[in-house]
Amino acid sequence: MSKEELLAAMSESVIEGEIERAAELARQALEEGVDPLEAIEQGYARGIREVGERFARGEYFLPHLAMGAEAMKAAMAVLEPELARRQKERTTLGRVVIGTVAGDIHEIGKTLVATMLSAGGFAVTDLGVDVPTRRFVEAVREEKPHILGLSALLTTTMLVQREVIAALEEAGLRDQVKVMVGGAPVTQAWADEIGADGYAEDAIGAVQRARQLLGLA
Amino acid sequence: MATIQLRLLSEEDVRRILEEAYALLEEPGVRVYDPEALEMLEGAGARVDGETRTAHIPAQMVDRALETVPRSFYLYDLQGRPAVHYGGDDVHFDPGSAAIYILDYGSTRSRKPVTADLVALLKLADVLKELDAVSTALVCSDVPREISDLYRLYLALRFTGKPVVTGAFAIETWEVMYRLLVAVAGSEEALAARPRAVFDVCPSPPLLWSEITCRNLVDCARHNVPAEFVSMPLAGATGPATLAGSVVQHAAESLSGIVIGQLANPGAPLVWGGSPAAFDMRTGTPPMGAIETMMIDLAYAQVGKSLGLPTHAYMGMSDAKVLDAQVGLESALGTLLAALGGINMVSGAGMLDFESCQSLEKLVIDHEIIAMVRRFLRGIDTGEPSLGLEIIRQVGHRGNFLVTQHTRRHFQKELYLPSSVIDRDFRQAWEEKGGLDAAARAHRRVQELLAVYQPPALPDEVVAELEEITLQAGRPYGLEHLPVWYG
Repeated sequence: MSKEELLAAMSESVIEGEIERAAELARQALEEGVDPLEAIEQGYARGIREVGERFARGEYFLPHLAMGAEAMKAAMAVLEPELARRQKERTTLGRVVIGTVAGDIHEIGKTLVATMLSAGGFAVTDLGVDVPTRRFVEAVREEKPHILGLSALLTTTMLVQREVIAALEEAGLRDQVKVMVGGAPVTQAWADEIGADGYAEDAIGAVQRARQLLGLA
Repeated sequence: MATIQLRLLSEEDVRRILEEAYALLEEPGVRVYDPEALEMLEGAGARVDGETRTAHIPAQMVDRALETVPRSFYLYDLQGRPAVHYGGDDVHFDPGSAAIYILDYGSTRSRKPVTADLVALLKLADVLKELDAVSTALVCSDVPREISDLYRLYLALRFTGKPVVTGAFAIETWEVMYRLLVAVAGSEEALAARPRAVFDVCPSPPLLWSEITCRNLVDCARHNVPAEFVSMPLAGATGPATLAGSVVQHAAESLSGIVIGQLANPGAPLVWGGSPAAFDMRTGTPPMGAIETMMIDLAYAQVGKSLGLPTHAYMGMSDAKVLDAQVGLESALGTLLAALGGINMVSGAGMLDFESCQSLEKLVIDHEIIAMVRRFLRGIDTGEPSLGLEIIRQVGHRGNFLVTQHTRRHFQKELYLPSSVIDRDFRQAWEEKGGLDAAARAHRRVQELLAVYQPPALPDEVVAELEEITLQAGRPYGLEHLPVWYG
C-alpha cells in the first residue's frame, strides 16, 4: 500500500467505524515509517470530519458518529506513544477538561463530545463520570484548561452544573476558564441562567461552540 | 364480550427473555453501589466481587425472591380506602412525575416551576376523577435543591387525599419523606398496613444500582413502603438497539431489584415498572412518544405479568413542546396502548418534552383521553337477552330511536360524554362560542376545575407536623419559612 493509499484507508476506517482496522492501520503506518502527525491529520482526522459532515447532512446517525470517534481514538492510542517518543506534539486548538457531574453516571454523551473535541483538534482530559465538584475545581487549577465541559443527563443532576460554576467562582477560578454545559435536559436558557459560557445541542455543535469560545471559528 | 388484552410477545418469547435475563444476573452480574445491599447479596449466595462491587446472582436466588414478593397490594387514600390496586390487569392513571419545567398557557417557552404551580397541579389532579393517584409532578425551584424531593411530597399530602406516586433524590431525604407519610397515617404501623405512597427507584442502565436508589429500595422494603422499579434502557444507547434486547435488560435489572428488596424484607411490596425508551439516532433524545418506546413498555409489562407481578409504566406522554397535534397523537397512542396492556399504574398525564415539562392544560386534555380509554376498556356490552332484535322490531321502519325508553335507559352507560375540552359542536356553534382550539378550551376547563377544588380534611395538628418536618429538613440549607402560595 502506498502512503496515499494508507492515508485513504485510515480515513475510510473511521468513516466505516472499523475500530480494529483503524488501530491496525496505525501500527502499519508506524512500521512503514509514516509520520504519526501526518497519519492523524491526513488520515484519521479527515475521516472524522467526513463523518461529521455526513451527520450534519442527515446521512449518518449517532452510531456512525460514535463508532467513527471510537476508531479515531483507537488509532490515537497507537500513535500517541510514538508522538511522545519523537517529542512531537499535535498542535492543538486548546485544552479541554470534561466530565459528568456528581451523582450522574451517564457516559455516552460526554464521551461522544470528548472524542469529537479531540478529533476536532482539542487536547481533551476526560475525568469520567460522577465527578465530585471539587475534582473539577482542582482540575481547572492544575491543568489550566481553556474549556471545562460539564455533562448531566438527569434533570436532578443538571442542577449540579450550577454548583460547579459557583465552586469555580468561590475558588477565584471562574474567569480563567470557559465553561460549557451539555446533556439531554440542558438548554441554552439553562446555560444562560447558571452563567455558563457555552452550550450546544449535540457533539458536532459542541466542537463549533468550543472553537467560537476560543475565538477560532 | 371478549377480554380486551394486547400481547406483543408469545409465551416462548417471554420464556427466552427471562432465560437471558437470569443468565445476565449470573454473568456479568449486577453492580450494586450500596455496601449493605452487596453484603446481603453475598450472604444469600451471590458471588461478589468487592472491587467492582459486582454481584453475580444465581437463578435460585431469583426464584426464592419471586416466591416472597407480593402478587398484588393496594395504595390507600387519606380516608383509608383502597384506591389503587396494584395487581391483575387493573389500570390506573397518575400525572407524570418530577418535571423540572412547566408550560404556561399561551406560552411557547417553558419555565422553572414554583410552589404555586405544584399546588395548582395537585388541586387539579385531586379534582380530576379519572386520575386514581397524584404524583409529585413538579420540582419546585423556590426551595433549596436539597429538599426539593420531600417538599413535593409535603405539598401532595397537604393538598390531596389521593395516593401519591413519588420518589426521593437522596438517601437522607427518604427518611424525611417517610416521616411525612407517618405523620399523616398516624403511626408507622398504620402506614405499613395502609400504604399511601409508592416510591420510584431507578436502576441505572445497564445493570447497575447507584448507592442512592439502592438505599431507597432497601429503606422502602424494610418499612413496607411500596417501591416501583423504573428500569430505563435506552435502546441503542444504554441498552441494546433491538427492542427484545432492551426488554431482556429491563427484566434483568428489575429481577435484581426484586432480589435486593426481598432480601431486605421478604414480602415487601414491589412493582415491575419502568421508563425505557427508544433512542433517536439523529438527536440523541429519548422519545417517550415513539411507538417503539411504547412497544418496549408493553413487552416488559407482559414479562412482569408472566411472573404474576404488579406493573407500572411511564406512558401517555409526548415529546412535543407545546399543545399541538403531536401532543395529542402521542399521548393518546400511549394511553390507549398502556390500558390495553393492562398496566396497573400508568404515569404520564400532563407531561411533555421527554418527561421534563408539565402543563395543566395538557393534564385536562389527557384526562379526556383517559376517560375515553376507560370507556374502551369497558368494551361492548352484550349482556342483554336481546342485543338489537327486539328494539329494532319495536321501532320498525323509519322509526326514531331517540324517543324510546330503550335509548333513555342505555345511552348514558354506552356513551362517555366528554367535558368541554372536546369539541363536538356544529361549526356555527363553535364559531359563536369564540372558535376556541383545544388548548384554549383546556385552559378554560383548568380554571373551572380549580374553582371547585376542596382541600382534604387534615387535622390542624397534622398540618403543623408536616410543616415542622419540612421546615426542619430545609433549615440547614437556608430555608427560613415555607413558601406561600396563591389561589
